[in-house]
Amino acid sequence: MSVHLLVDFGSTYTKLTAVDLQLEAIIGTSKAMTTVKTNVLEGFDLALDKLKQANPEMAEISAISACSSAAGGLKMAAIGLVEELTVEAAKRACLGAGALVNHVFAHHLSKRETKELQKANIDIILLAGGTDGGNKECIIHNAQKLKEAKLNVPIIVAGNKDAQDEIAEIFEGSDTEFYIVDNVMPKLKKLDVKAAKDVIRQIFITKIIEAKGIKKAEEKTGSIIMPTPEAVLVAAELLSKGFEDEPGLGELMVVDIGGATTDVHTIGEGFPKRSEVVLKGLQEPFAKRTVEGDLGMRYSANALLSLVSQYEFKQYYSYDNDIEIAAQKRHDNVDYLPDTEEEKAFDQALARICCDYSMSRHVGHVEVIYTPLGSMYYQTGKDLTDLKYVIGTGGVLINDPEAKKILGEVNQKSNKKLELRPQAPTVLIDRKYILASMGLLGQKHPQMAIRLMKKHLE
Amino acid sequence: MNTVVIGVIGADVHAVGNKIIEHVLNEQGFNVVNIGVLSSQEDFINAAIETDAQAILVSSLYGHGEIDCKYMREKCIEAGLTKIKLYVGGNIVVGKQDFKEVEQRFKKMGFNRVYPPGTNIERAIKDIKGDLNV
Ligand code: B12
Repeated sequence: MSVHLLVDFGSTYTKLTAVDLQLEAIIGTSKAMTTVKTNVLEGFDLALDKLKQANPEMAEISAISACSSAAGGLKMAAIGLVEELTVEAAKRACLGAGALVNHVFAHHLSKRETKELQKANIDIILLAGGTDGGNKECIIHNAQKLKEAKLNVPIIVAGNKDAQDEIAEIFEGSDTEFYIVDNVMPKLKKLDVKAAKDVIRQIFITKIIEAKGIKKAEEKTGSIIMPTPEAVLVAAELLSKGFEDEPGLGELMVVDIGGATTDVHTIGEGFPKRSEVVLKGLQEPFAKRTVEGDLGMRYSANALLSLVSQYEFKQYYSYDNDIEIAAQKRHDNVDYLPDTEEEKAFDQALARICCDYSMSRHVGHVEVIYTPLGSMYYQTGKDLTDLKYVIGTGGVLINDPEAKKILGEVNQKSNKKLELRPQAPTVLIDRKYILASMGLLGQKHPQMAIRLMKKHLE
Repeated sequence: MNTVVIGVIGADVHAVGNKIIEHVLNEQGFNVVNIGVLSSQEDFINAAIETDAQAILVSSLYGHGEIDCKYMREKCIEAGLTKIKLYVGGNIVVGKQDFKEVEQRFKKMGFNRVYPPGTNIERAIKDIKGDLNV
């Protein structure tokens, strides 16, 4: 019997999943608090002890793979030229690589903006701008400003090919660590984020992990191969597409409601379903991830509350408790677990809002334009109306018996007609919390990972 | 690189001329960025910024060119495209109007050159090459 151990160093918990490779079965899962502040291995060892105690018959571990979103995950800034074009392309490259993008800038960087970058807590900057052969003045200006700002942050240059040499000259001889890769938008509206994503992952593995104090874990786990959100995206893509003779489930969506963020991943083209609708905007990535830093069940509970009016919140929550106190409590205790009916209902209200808002921001929208020839319909983003599966994951959601209902309801919100949400999907819940692990396992055993997901998503 | 953005403005779907223009300009050595039919002013302008285009060739065939092209020059200036050349052609207004007047109206709107119906693109290319010093 050989066991493959999958490890996710999360922001709150270090989670383990043990897979029996011969029996193709999940032996067990366990978790313990992530301990980056002291020694990340403490949490890992504790979780491993728990796992072994619960499964005394478990054989020797023959392989370990790990991902991480500990210590704030991977934080990036994205810079481009036109907001709807290279800025958006840069943002999508970051998101697809599993990052949280807190700082986004268009056009020429101003002093104010570079100051913001100096103060910001970011791990990597992605600099884009111009199609190949297009505008290079702006990206060169921005490279110069970034150099002058003396940020101690690696910079990935993924813009106009024609500006590469000049930008290299700007950074060479300075202390700036820089990487020049293929343009994220080589031609107008064509997205090409692979090279940028690859270096992001490379920098994450080699540098970020170390800076965040997680490197130590590698003594026991071997190298941490990707950020956790990327592992989830990889799992979703695998489950959707299938692998060789193991068929996939087709187009699907994963809604991952965490304590600090809500991530939505969709796998699918999302082309217009009706012939009179015209597709606008930048090409959509087949595997698309969006992440909302103001939607979360714990750390972001306050931010979430400031998004919705009291009135709107009461639509989801019928108790008379002080909702601000309830949110603050969650913000301050990220490992809080609800114990009363009121508190459980409060969590469900938060979950519903996370779902609703993150869905709204992720799916495509149809806009009606009144023209001399009558109304025309323009679609930006993906049409997900006939998407087959919506999969819910995230610590709080998967433990909620109402999880299916919460996700199911959100899709049919009738007052949002112009949003292209899934209409009648089958809802599955990642009860065992294995999606990220299956993304890791899928690197070596793709078919097995697909089969395990099919078996355990309920 | 001599980059030009071409496309058909507004709710106009006439696609044939647009393809021909792309083909001819390509043959003449231009780097053509074709944003296709149903394009808004913003689509033209954003494309011109990212690709560093020197000229925008607007086509309008269905007769509503005047409404669709209004304030395009102002928007270009707003977006920092102060040097861009604007050309327009096709069937830019409804029916048969005195073209001299039509031309005047479009020039007042900031278009550098305005072409009457049936202009073949080769003729316009001479102008473009002259204007862009190709
Ligand atoms: C085919 C056609 C259609 C097809 C288009 C199919 C398609 N997807 O391409 C369909 C049936 C969809 C259609 C619909 C309509 N059409 Co229609 N259509 C035509 C038709 C018969 C041919 C157009 C064509 O392809 N010509 C061939 C190409 C090569 O020529 P071109 O488009 O003119 O382009 C050349 C030049 O104009 C020039 N050029 C174009 N742009 C520019 C720009 C610059 C800068 C320069 C220098 C040159 C230049 O170079 C091009 C290449 O040589 C014309 C009549 C005609 N014979 O022109 C009417 C015509 C253009 N249509 C017309 C109308 C009114 C309509 C409708 C409004 C009808 C309706 N009431 O529904 C709709 C509009 C739909 C919409 N939303 O756009 C009118 C426009 C009248 C006007 N401007 O005053 C025309 C002129 C017919 C007419 N005589 O009434 N149409």
